[in-house]
Amino acid sequence: MVSAADVLDASDRERPTTDTIPLTVRVRRFNPEVSEDSWWDEWSVRCDPLERLVEVLHQIKWHHDGTLSFRRSCAHGICGSDAMLINGRNQLACKVLAQDVAPRVTIEPIRGLSVLKDLIVDMEPFMDGYRSILPYLINDSGEPEKERRQSPEDRHRYDDTTKCILCAACTTSCPVFWGDGAYVGPAAIVNAHRFIFDSRDEAGRERMKILSEKTGVFRCRTTFNCTDACPRGIEVTKAIQEVKRAILFERF
Amino acid sequence: MATTTSPRPAAPPDAREAALGRGRPIGGFELWTWVFMRISGLLLLVLAVGHTLIMHLPAGGVDRINFGFVAVRWQSPFWRTWDWMLLMLALLHGINGLRTITLDYVRPPGWRFAITMAFYVIGFTLMVLGTVIVVTFDPTGWGPIG
Repeated sequence: MVSAADVLDASDRERPTTDTIPLTVRVRRFNPEVSEDSWWDEWSVRCDPLERLVEVLHQIKWHHDGTLSFRRSCAHGICGSDAMLINGRNQLACKVLAQDVAPRVTIEPIRGLSVLKDLIVDMEPFMDGYRSILPYLINDSGEPEKERRQSPEDRHRYDDTTKCILCAACTTSCPVFWGDGAYVGPAAIVNAHRFIFDSRDEAGRERMKILSEKTGVFRCRTTFNCTDACPRGIEVTKAIQEVKRAILFERF
Repeated sequence: MATTTSPRPAAPPDAREAALGRGRPIGGFELWTWVFMRISGLLLLVLAVGHTLIMHLPAGGVDRINFGFVAVRWQSPFWRTWDWMLLMLALLHGINGLRTITLDYVRPPGWRFAITMAFYVIGFTLMVLGTVIVVTFDPTGWGPIG
Protein backbone atom coordinates (compact mmCIF):
# COMPACT_ATOMS: atom_id res chain seq x y z
CA MET A 1 0.00 0.00 0.00
CA VAL A 2 1.22 3.45 -0.89
CA SER A 3 1.25 5.86 1.99
CA ALA A 4 0.68 9.58 1.73
CA ALA A 5 4.33 10.13 2.63
CA ASP A 6 5.45 8.01 -0.32
CA VAL A 7 3.30 10.05 -2.69
CA LEU A 8 4.71 13.28 -1.31
CA ASP A 9 8.28 11.96 -1.55
CA ALA A 10 7.68 10.88 -5.14
CA SER A 11 6.28 14.29 -6.07
CA ASP A 12 9.28 15.90 -4.41
CA ARG A 13 11.64 13.88 -6.57
CA GLU A 14 9.69 14.78 -9.67
CA ARG A 15 9.84 18.46 -8.95
CA PRO A 16 12.35 20.10 -11.28
CA THR A 17 15.35 21.27 -9.34
CA THR A 18 16.21 24.89 -9.86
CA ASP A 19 19.65 26.27 -9.34
CA THR A 20 20.00 28.68 -6.48
CA ILE A 21 20.97 32.25 -7.22
CA PRO A 22 23.11 34.66 -5.23
CA LEU A 23 21.31 37.53 -3.55
CA THR A 24 22.81 40.38 -1.56
CA VAL A 25 20.34 41.70 0.99
CA ARG A 26 20.95 45.15 2.42
CA VAL A 27 18.79 46.01 5.42
CA ARG A 28 18.47 49.25 7.33
CA ARG A 29 18.84 48.22 10.96
CA PHE A 30 17.78 50.06 14.09
CA ASN A 31 17.94 49.05 17.71
CA PRO A 32 17.53 51.77 20.36
CA GLU A 33 19.36 49.53 22.88
CA VAL A 34 22.44 49.46 20.67
CA SER A 35 22.55 52.84 18.98
CA GLU A 36 20.46 55.96 18.52
CA ASP A 37 21.27 55.90 14.82
CA SER A 38 20.25 53.39 12.23
CA TRP A 39 22.88 51.44 10.33
CA TRP A 40 23.10 49.19 7.27
CA ASP A 41 23.78 45.47 7.37
CA GLU A 42 24.45 43.36 4.34
CA TRP A 43 24.21 39.60 3.85
CA SER A 44 25.05 37.55 0.79
CA VAL A 45 22.91 34.43 0.58
CA ARG A 46 21.97 31.85 -1.99
CA CYS A 47 18.31 31.14 -2.54
CA ASP A 48 15.81 29.61 -4.91
CA PRO A 49 14.89 32.22 -7.55
CA LEU A 50 11.20 31.56 -6.80
CA GLU A 51 11.71 32.11 -3.07
CA ARG A 52 9.86 35.05 -1.64
CA LEU A 53 11.73 37.83 0.10
CA VAL A 54 10.12 37.04 3.45
CA GLU A 55 11.70 33.55 3.26
CA VAL A 56 15.06 35.09 2.44
CA LEU A 57 14.68 37.26 5.56
CA HIS A 58 13.82 34.10 7.52
CA GLN A 59 16.95 32.45 6.19
CA ILE A 60 19.01 35.43 7.39
CA LYS A 61 17.28 35.54 10.78
CA TRP A 62 17.52 31.79 11.37
CA HIS A 63 21.00 31.12 10.03
CA HIS A 64 22.97 34.39 9.95
CA ASP A 65 21.73 37.00 12.44
CA GLY A 66 19.03 36.16 14.97
CA THR A 67 18.70 39.79 16.01
CA LEU A 68 17.12 40.84 12.70
CA SER A 69 13.51 41.78 13.46
CA PHE A 70 10.55 42.05 11.14
CA ARG A 71 6.82 41.38 11.28
CA ARG A 72 5.21 38.55 9.37
CA SER A 73 2.31 36.31 10.07
CA CYS A 74 0.53 34.51 7.25
CA ALA A 75 3.35 35.10 4.74
CA HIS A 76 0.83 34.86 1.90
CA GLY A 77 -0.19 38.47 1.25
CA ILE A 78 -3.35 38.41 3.37
CA CYS A 79 -2.46 39.46 6.92
CA GLY A 80 -0.68 42.66 5.91
CA SER A 81 2.14 42.35 8.44
CA ASP A 82 5.24 42.54 6.27
CA ALA A 83 4.94 45.79 4.33
CA MET A 84 8.47 47.11 3.79
CA LEU A 85 10.25 49.65 1.64
CA ILE A 86 11.83 47.25 -0.86
CA ASN A 87 14.14 48.86 -3.42
CA GLY A 88 12.44 52.18 -2.74
CA ARG A 89 8.88 50.91 -3.17
CA ASN A 90 6.41 49.88 -0.47
CA GLN A 91 5.69 46.20 -1.02
CA LEU A 92 4.85 43.07 0.95
CA ALA A 93 7.99 40.98 1.49
CA CYS A 94 5.85 37.87 0.97
CA LYS A 95 4.81 38.95 -2.53
CA VAL A 96 8.25 39.78 -3.93
CA LEU A 97 10.26 36.98 -5.54
CA ALA A 98 14.02 36.73 -5.15
CA GLN A 99 14.49 36.51 -8.93
CA ASP A 100 12.76 39.85 -9.40
CA VAL A 101 15.21 41.72 -7.14
CA ALA A 102 18.41 39.68 -7.60
CA PRO A 103 21.32 40.18 -7.44
CA ARG A 104 20.84 42.91 -4.85
CA VAL A 105 17.94 44.19 -2.77
CA THR A 106 17.66 47.05 -0.29
CA ILE A 107 15.07 46.80 2.47
CA GLU A 108 14.02 49.61 4.81
CA PRO A 109 11.13 50.06 7.22
CA ILE A 110 8.03 51.80 5.83
CA ARG A 111 8.25 55.58 6.23
CA GLY A 112 6.29 58.09 8.27
CA LEU A 113 5.88 55.89 11.36
CA SER A 114 8.39 55.61 14.22
CA VAL A 115 10.75 52.66 13.91
CA LEU A 116 10.70 50.45 17.01
CA LYS A 117 13.35 47.96 15.86
CA ASP A 118 14.80 47.12 12.43
CA LEU A 119 11.82 46.74 10.09
CA ILE A 120 9.17 47.00 12.81
CA VAL A 121 7.37 50.34 13.06
CA ASP A 122 4.84 51.70 15.53
CA MET A 123 1.48 51.12 13.80
CA GLU A 124 -0.58 52.96 16.44
CA PRO A 125 -0.80 56.34 14.63
CA PHE A 126 -1.91 54.44 11.53
CA MET A 127 -4.54 52.54 13.51
CA ASP A 128 -5.68 55.81 15.15
CA GLY A 129 -6.51 57.15 11.70
CA TYR A 130 -8.30 53.91 10.86
CA ARG A 131 -10.35 53.97 14.06
CA SER A 132 -11.31 57.62 13.60
CA ILE A 133 -13.50 56.90 10.56
CA LEU A 134 -15.78 54.40 12.41
CA PRO A 135 -14.71 51.29 10.46
CA TYR A 136 -17.75 49.14 11.31
CA LEU A 137 -21.33 48.82 10.11
CA ILE A 138 -23.67 51.33 11.72
CA ASN A 139 -27.37 50.72 11.25
CA ASP A 140 -29.96 51.86 13.78
CA SER A 141 -33.01 50.85 11.81
CA GLY A 142 -33.55 47.86 14.06
CA GLU A 143 -32.13 44.41 13.71
CA PRO A 144 -33.45 42.38 10.80
CA GLU A 145 -34.95 38.93 11.25
CA LYS A 146 -32.18 37.33 9.19
CA GLU A 147 -29.20 38.85 7.43
CA ARG A 148 -29.16 42.35 5.94
CA ARG A 149 -29.87 41.83 2.25
CA GLN A 150 -28.06 43.68 -0.49
CA SER A 151 -28.28 43.54 -4.28
CA PRO A 152 -25.20 42.46 -6.26
CA GLU A 153 -25.05 45.96 -7.76
CA ASP A 154 -25.03 47.56 -4.30
CA ARG A 155 -22.36 45.12 -3.18
CA HIS A 156 -20.29 45.86 -6.25
CA ARG A 157 -20.30 49.60 -5.49
CA TYR A 158 -17.67 49.26 -2.74
CA ASP A 159 -16.14 45.92 -3.73
CA ASP A 160 -12.70 47.36 -4.46
CA THR A 161 -12.27 48.87 -1.00
CA THR A 162 -13.23 45.65 0.83
CA LYS A 163 -9.87 44.24 -0.24
CA CYS A 164 -7.81 46.35 2.19
CA ILE A 165 -5.59 44.35 4.57
CA LEU A 166 -4.37 47.37 6.60
CA CYS A 167 -0.72 46.77 5.75
CA ALA A 168 -0.08 50.55 5.70
CA ALA A 169 1.82 50.39 2.39
CA CYS A 170 -0.39 53.16 0.95
CA THR A 171 -0.43 55.48 3.96
CA THR A 172 3.33 55.25 4.46
CA SER A 173 3.95 56.04 0.77
CA CYS A 174 1.91 59.25 1.00
CA PRO A 175 3.97 62.47 1.10
CA VAL A 176 1.17 64.31 2.92
CA PHE A 177 1.23 61.65 5.65
CA TRP A 178 5.05 61.89 5.86
CA GLY A 179 4.73 65.64 6.36
CA ASP A 180 1.85 65.58 8.82
CA GLY A 181 1.00 62.35 10.63
CA ALA A 182 -2.30 63.87 11.72
CA TYR A 183 -3.65 63.30 8.19
CA VAL A 184 -5.86 60.20 8.38
CA GLY A 185 -4.13 58.77 5.30
CA PRO A 186 -5.24 56.71 2.32
CA ALA A 187 -5.95 53.45 4.20
CA ALA A 188 -8.41 55.13 6.58
CA ILE A 189 -10.19 56.78 3.64
CA VAL A 190 -10.35 53.45 1.76
CA ASN A 191 -12.02 51.89 4.79
CA ALA A 192 -14.38 54.84 5.15
CA HIS A 193 -15.25 54.40 1.45
CA ARG A 194 -16.06 50.76 2.14
CA PHE A 195 -18.85 51.82 4.54
CA ILE A 196 -19.92 55.15 3.01
CA PHE A 197 -20.92 53.35 -0.20
CA ASP A 198 -22.41 50.31 1.58
CA SER A 199 -26.21 50.48 1.11
CA ARG A 200 -26.76 48.79 4.49
CA ASP A 201 -24.80 51.39 6.43
CA GLU A 202 -26.42 54.55 7.76
CA ALA A 203 -23.46 56.56 9.06
CA GLY A 204 -22.02 57.72 5.74
CA ARG A 205 -22.67 61.36 6.61
CA GLU A 206 -20.84 61.05 9.95
CA ARG A 207 -17.81 59.58 8.20
CA MET A 208 -17.95 62.28 5.53
CA LYS A 209 -18.10 64.89 8.28
CA ILE A 210 -15.02 63.40 9.94
CA LEU A 211 -13.24 63.27 6.58
CA SER A 212 -14.02 66.90 5.73
CA GLU A 213 -12.02 68.06 8.76
CA LYS A 214 -8.55 69.56 8.40
CA THR A 215 -7.02 66.06 8.71
CA GLY A 216 -9.34 64.49 6.13
CA VAL A 217 -9.68 63.84 2.40
CA PHE A 218 -9.05 67.40 1.26
CA ARG A 219 -5.40 67.06 2.26
CA CYS A 220 -5.00 64.51 -0.55
CA ARG A 221 -2.77 65.88 -3.30
CA THR A 222 -3.53 63.00 -5.76
CA THR A 223 0.09 61.92 -6.12
CA PHE A 224 -1.09 58.32 -6.75
CA ASN A 225 1.73 56.90 -4.56
CA CYS A 226 -0.96 55.00 -2.63
CA THR A 227 -2.40 53.36 -5.74
CA ASP A 228 1.09 52.34 -6.84
CA ALA A 229 1.90 50.92 -3.41
CA CYS A 230 -1.26 48.89 -2.72
CA PRO A 231 -0.36 45.16 -2.76
CA ARG A 232 -4.03 44.30 -3.25
CA GLY A 233 -4.37 46.45 -6.35
CA ILE A 234 -7.00 48.70 -4.80
CA GLU A 235 -7.51 51.92 -6.77
CA VAL A 236 -6.83 53.96 -3.67
CA THR A 237 -6.67 57.42 -5.22
CA LYS A 238 -9.91 56.75 -7.09
CA ALA A 239 -11.60 55.78 -3.81
CA ILE A 240 -10.35 59.00 -2.18
CA GLN A 241 -11.66 61.06 -5.09
CA GLU A 242 -15.03 59.32 -4.83
CA VAL A 243 -15.25 60.27 -1.17
CA LYS A 244 -14.35 63.90 -2.04
CA ARG A 245 -17.03 63.92 -4.72
CA ALA A 246 -19.59 62.44 -2.31
CA ILE A 247 -18.84 65.19 0.22
CA LEU A 248 -18.99 67.85 -2.51
CA PHE A 249 -22.36 66.79 -3.90
CA GLU A 250 -23.81 66.10 -0.49
CA ARG A 251 -23.09 69.75 0.23
CA PHE A 252 -24.27 71.33 -3.01
CA MET B 1 -39.38 38.54 15.84
CA ALA B 2 -41.97 39.44 18.42
CA THR B 3 -40.97 36.62 20.73
CA THR B 4 -37.20 37.05 20.48
CA THR B 5 -35.30 39.56 22.49
CA SER B 6 -32.59 41.44 20.71
CA PRO B 7 -29.20 40.52 22.21
CA ARG B 8 -27.87 44.01 21.55
CA PRO B 9 -30.58 46.61 22.00
CA ALA B 10 -29.83 49.58 19.79
CA ALA B 11 -28.80 52.72 21.65
CA PRO B 12 -31.50 55.39 21.83
CA PRO B 13 -31.51 57.10 18.44
CA ASP B 14 -31.34 60.55 20.02
CA ALA B 15 -28.15 59.74 21.89
CA ARG B 16 -26.53 58.33 18.79
CA GLU B 17 -27.53 61.32 16.72
CA ALA B 18 -26.08 63.66 19.29
CA ALA B 19 -22.86 61.65 19.49
CA LEU B 20 -22.39 61.35 15.76
CA GLY B 21 -23.71 64.77 14.85
CA ARG B 22 -26.27 63.40 12.44
CA GLY B 23 -28.18 66.11 10.63
CA ARG B 24 -25.43 68.67 11.02
CA PRO B 25 -24.12 69.86 7.67
CA ILE B 26 -20.97 68.18 6.44
CA GLY B 27 -18.20 69.97 4.64
CA GLY B 28 -16.83 73.25 5.89
CA PHE B 29 -13.73 75.36 5.45
CA GLU B 30 -11.58 72.59 3.99
CA LEU B 31 -14.25 71.64 1.46
CA TRP B 32 -14.77 75.26 0.42
CA THR B 33 -11.07 76.01 0.03
CA TRP B 34 -10.70 72.80 -1.98
CA VAL B 35 -13.51 73.85 -4.31
CA PHE B 36 -12.12 77.40 -4.48
CA MET B 37 -8.68 76.12 -5.51
CA ARG B 38 -10.19 74.26 -8.46
CA ILE B 39 -12.44 77.07 -9.67
CA SER B 40 -9.83 79.80 -9.16
CA GLY B 41 -7.27 77.61 -10.90
CA LEU B 42 -9.46 77.42 -13.99
CA LEU B 43 -10.21 81.15 -13.91
CA LEU B 44 -6.54 81.99 -13.40
CA LEU B 45 -5.68 79.92 -16.43
CA VAL B 46 -7.85 82.21 -18.55
CA LEU B 47 -6.97 85.44 -16.72
CA ALA B 48 -3.21 84.89 -16.45
CA VAL B 49 -2.69 83.41 -19.91
CA GLY B 50 -4.92 86.15 -21.36
CA HIS B 51 -2.94 88.77 -19.46
CA THR B 52 0.34 87.39 -20.81
CA LEU B 53 -0.95 87.23 -24.39
CA ILE B 54 -2.27 90.79 -24.29
CA MET B 55 0.48 92.51 -22.33
CA HIS B 56 3.66 90.71 -23.31
CA LEU B 57 3.33 89.16 -26.74
CA PRO B 58 2.08 91.83 -29.21
CA ALA B 59 4.67 93.91 -31.07
CA GLY B 60 6.70 95.96 -28.64
CA GLY B 61 6.15 93.49 -25.79
CA VAL B 62 6.71 94.80 -22.30
CA ASP B 63 8.73 97.74 -23.68
CA ARG B 64 5.60 99.57 -24.78
CA ILE B 65 4.06 99.33 -21.30
CA ASN B 66 4.34 102.65 -19.49
CA PHE B 67 2.16 104.96 -17.47
CA GLY B 68 0.28 106.13 -20.56
CA PHE B 69 -0.41 102.58 -21.67
CA VAL B 70 -1.90 101.69 -18.31
CA ALA B 71 -3.83 104.96 -18.12
CA VAL B 72 -5.46 104.28 -21.49
CA ARG B 73 -6.10 100.63 -20.71
CA TRP B 74 -7.63 101.36 -17.33
CA GLN B 75 -10.16 103.79 -18.74
CA SER B 76 -12.14 100.64 -19.48
CA PRO B 77 -13.91 99.13 -16.46
CA PHE B 78 -13.49 95.76 -18.18
CA TRP B 79 -9.69 95.81 -17.87
CA ARG B 80 -9.84 97.17 -14.35
CA THR B 81 -12.13 94.26 -13.42
CA TRP B 82 -9.87 91.78 -15.25
CA ASP B 83 -6.76 92.99 -13.49
CA TRP B 84 -8.49 93.15 -10.11
CA MET B 85 -9.83 89.61 -10.44
CA LEU B 86 -6.41 88.39 -11.55
CA LEU B 87 -4.83 89.97 -8.47
CA MET B 88 -7.47 88.74 -6.02
CA LEU B 89 -7.61 85.17 -7.30
CA ALA B 90 -3.82 84.87 -7.63
CA LEU B 91 -3.38 86.10 -4.05
CA LEU B 92 -6.11 83.92 -2.55
CA HIS B 93 -5.01 80.88 -4.56
CA GLY B 94 -1.35 81.43 -3.67
CA ILE B 95 -1.95 82.15 0.01
CA ASN B 96 -4.17 79.09 0.36
CA GLY B 97 -1.48 76.99 -1.31
CA LEU B 98 1.04 78.30 1.23
CA ARG B 99 -1.44 77.56 4.03
CA THR B 100 -1.72 73.96 2.82
CA ILE B 101 2.07 73.57 2.63
CA THR B 102 2.32 75.00 6.15
CA LEU B 103 -0.25 72.47 7.38
CA ASP B 104 1.77 69.69 5.77
CA TYR B 105 5.23 70.59 6.97
CA VAL B 106 5.02 72.83 10.05
CA ARG B 107 4.16 70.65 13.02
CA PRO B 108 4.50 72.80 16.18
CA PRO B 109 1.06 74.40 16.66
CA GLY B 110 2.54 77.77 17.63
CA TRP B 111 4.72 78.04 14.55
CA ARG B 112 1.92 76.76 12.39
CA PHE B 113 -0.41 79.49 13.69
CA ALA B 114 2.22 82.23 13.43
CA ILE B 115 3.25 81.36 9.87
CA THR B 116 -0.33 80.98 8.67
CA MET B 117 -1.23 84.34 10.24
CA ALA B 118 1.79 85.98 8.60
CA PHE B 119 0.57 84.72 5.21
CA TYR B 120 -2.96 85.97 5.93
CA VAL B 121 -1.70 89.42 6.92
CA ILE B 122 0.54 89.71 3.85
CA GLY B 123 -2.24 88.51 1.57
CA PHE B 124 -4.84 90.79 3.11
CA THR B 125 -2.52 93.81 2.91
CA LEU B 126 -1.74 93.19 -0.74
CA MET B 127 -5.42 92.68 -1.54
CA VAL B 128 -6.42 95.94 0.14
CA LEU B 129 -3.55 97.82 -1.51
CA GLY B 130 -4.41 96.43 -4.95
CA THR B 131 -8.09 97.15 -4.55
CA VAL B 132 -7.41 100.74 -3.48
CA ILE B 133 -5.22 101.29 -6.56
CA VAL B 134 -7.68 99.68 -8.95
CA VAL B 135 -10.61 101.66 -7.58
CA THR B 136 -8.99 105.06 -7.09
CA PHE B 137 -6.52 105.17 -10.00
CA ASP B 138 -7.07 108.44 -11.86
CA PRO B 139 -4.46 109.36 -14.47
CA THR B 140 -5.65 112.98 -14.70
CA GLY B 141 -4.48 113.66 -11.18
CA TRP B 142 -0.88 112.83 -12.16
CA GLY B 143 -0.40 115.61 -14.69
CA PRO B 144 1.25 115.08 -18.05
CA ILE B 145 3.50 112.06 -17.56
CA GLY B 146 4.48 109.61 -20.29
